[in-house]
Amino acid sequence: MSYQFKFEVLLPFWKELLLGCALSLWLSAIAVVLGFSLGLVTALARRSKSQFLRGAALSYIEVIRNTPFLLQVFFIFFGLPALGLSFSPWSAAILALSLNCGAFSAEIIRAGIDAIPRGQFDAGAALGLTPLQTFRDIILKPSLRVIYPALSSQFILALLTTSIVSSISAEELTSVAQSIDTVTFRSFEIYIVATLLYFMMATILSTIFKIIDRACFSYPMK
Amino acid sequence: MIRDFSSIEVLQILSGMQATLILSAIAFVCGGCAGLAIALARTSPFRWLRIASGAYIDFFQGTPMLLQLFLVFYGLPVFGLRVSAWTAVTIGLTLHASAYLGEIWRGGIQAVPKGQMEAARALGLGAFSRMVDIVLPQGMRISLAPTVGFLVQLIKGTSLASIIGFVELSRAAQIVSSTTYKPLIAYSVAGLFYFAICFPLSRLSAYLESRFAVKT
Repeated sequence: MSYQFKFEVLLPFWKELLLGCALSLWLSAIAVVLGFSLGLVTALARRSKSQFLRGAALSYIEVIRNTPFLLQVFFIFFGLPALGLSFSPWSAAILALSLNCGAFSAEIIRAGIDAIPRGQFDAGAALGLTPLQTFRDIILKPSLRVIYPALSSQFILALLTTSIVSSISAEELTSVAQSIDTVTFRSFEIYIVATLLYFMMATILSTIFKIIDRACFSYPMK
Repeated sequence: MIRDFSSIEVLQILSGMQATLILSAIAFVCGGCAGLAIALARTSPFRWLRIASGAYIDFFQGTPMLLQLFLVFYGLPVFGLRVSAWTAVTIGLTLHASAYLGEIWRGGIQAVPKGQMEAARALGLGAFSRMVDIVLPQGMRISLAPTVGFLVQLIKGTSLASIIGFVELSRAAQIVSSTTYKPLIAYSVAGLFYFAICFPLSRLSAYLESRFAVKT
């Protein structure tokens, strides 16, 4: 093998790479918060009495889940301006990620609501608790426990998905890596470093989520 | 010259679908073969095999698919292999699929009740026969729904091949969008085609889930 690895040419760019990591994390955090709120609304709409709302929520979920994220980004960034809706790369990225995350969270939240037996609500009422108390003291924790693993992996999935918004040159880790690539011409090295940075972020996040899980959602030991 | 968006453009996008389908099929089949090996390594009695396959799975599940494709695309030439975009993308997607399918099938294999293995041993079946005749058929049945679910994910994932210049459905839509200046229609048509493939598969996955999943 004649190729000489030169990782040292990347050293001067450590600040850019670190900023890229921060931007990726920030982007996925925004997307998860907005996406989760959207998912909550959608999950409630799925259970509403209005057939129109149910249909709208279902079509939203199915369209997003059955088309590639790349195409959703292109549609928003390149397609929507034809309708007079123009976005900066950054806001298009947030919009696309949140819409994507919303559809997946909606299904997760629905599973959480479905996991609570009807009798739990009745039991709360029979004990004389108000609906709010029933929700807070009986329903909330078990349903959070059910959806927590899926939601936390949704966060990591969002982080990995952010790399795709580099295709509309929204600024995050992958697009930072691409611009370093065009300056240094060390493609393989820079993408190895970027991949490892993603891997580290994903590993750290999943460790944090595991600690939270153990602290908040484990059943008390007998 | 700006072209109108006519049925020819729709056909042009549709022709990209062929590449998407072939690419997904190859990656699914090759990734499936490698994935089976990964799943067996992950559940094997040998500690080092379990650790190595676990690390392999963690790497692919902890890094973006786009970067995995970049690594293969820019990495192969470094090792002296001049390959086409076709080959690079196929290899990248196959590796990706093998890790995910390996993890899905590991779950399936481990979900088979222990008694099955013990009964097979009591009947005097060899290690190979125990796995192939007893555990795998049951494990695969349990994993059927997530496997189809992953196929949907893989088909959507092939769109990333367009970023490294491979012409498939998304890239075809991009090309049509730039020749007609009608991005809204071009991407909608492409999205419709993806939906037409993925939606039935998603329904199938949900059906299999209700039929074969382990009841808890």
